[in-house]
Amino acid sequence: MTETKDVSRQQAGVAQDVKQQEQAILPAVDIFENESGITVQADMPGVSRDRLEVHIDSDTLAIEGLADIPMPEAMDAIYADIRSKRYQRSFSLSRELDAERIEASLKDGVLTLHIPRREEHKPRRIEVQTG
Amino acid sequence: MFGTLNTSRAGLFDEIRRMEREMNQLFGGSPWPNSIRAVAGGTYPPINIGSTPEQVDVYLFAAGLNPETLDISIQQNLLTVAGDRKLQVEAGADYYRKERHDGGFRRVVTLPEDVDPDQVEASYRDGVLHVMIKRRESTRPRQITVK
Repeated sequence: MTETKDVSRQQAGVAQDVKQQEQAILPAVDIFENESGITVQADMPGVSRDRLEVHIDSDTLAIEGLADIPMPEAMDAIYADIRSKRYQRSFSLSRELDAERIEASLKDGVLTLHIPRREEHKPRRIEVQTG
Repeated sequence: MFGTLNTSRAGLFDEIRRMEREMNQLFGGSPWPNSIRAVAGGTYPPINIGSTPEQVDVYLFAAGLNPETLDISIQQNLLTVAGDRKLQVEAGADYYRKERHDGGFRRVVTLPEDVDPDQVEASYRDGVLHVMIKRRESTRPRQITVK
């Protein structure tokens, strides 16, 4: 009986490995906009700066990160909420955002991106002339 | 099902998530018995637990925390991690998405029975809290000779 259990467990492990390669975690984000532009904050715990990539391809902003978590050899997973090491999420940008001046920072697994608006698109107050 | 007003704006994935929520409501989650301390999926922070013959490793994926504000305690084989994540809310900004957890949290984890509550170490790096609990020597397998 023990044998059957082991075999089925091995198969489940292989299936899980394949799944891990395919599925990426969708990081939770906060997105807000003020006069200066749009700010994106994403939770990517386990990702260090050298394993994080922010791509801009024409009007698509893509965030990708690989978590690096030190684990002892031959560790059995008892319980897992997180089943992938890869984070991935992408957004489409609109034309008034200046993708070339994006600022990115990463602290304690939180990525903050600031995408400024183009100067000519910043809100202006329009004076109403009387007379 | 009822239509929602903003499906076209929220996108396909939000729609799939909404369907998943409705399915869970309809069928009440899994038919198998869960641990009595099991929590619903999506609870903050997510946890992974791994074990080796020497120790049990608990990983909490809690980004953006001040590790000094964390309250980690262990009673026998019951590990409790509580903390508070205060997000700075930008005044006067328009929020489009607010998915990140804001506020307090507490998670209780049942560990294997043979952990030693006196040998616990915790570290925080890149937003992951790693708690290491050693197992008791006396419970490791040993050979018994018959006299």
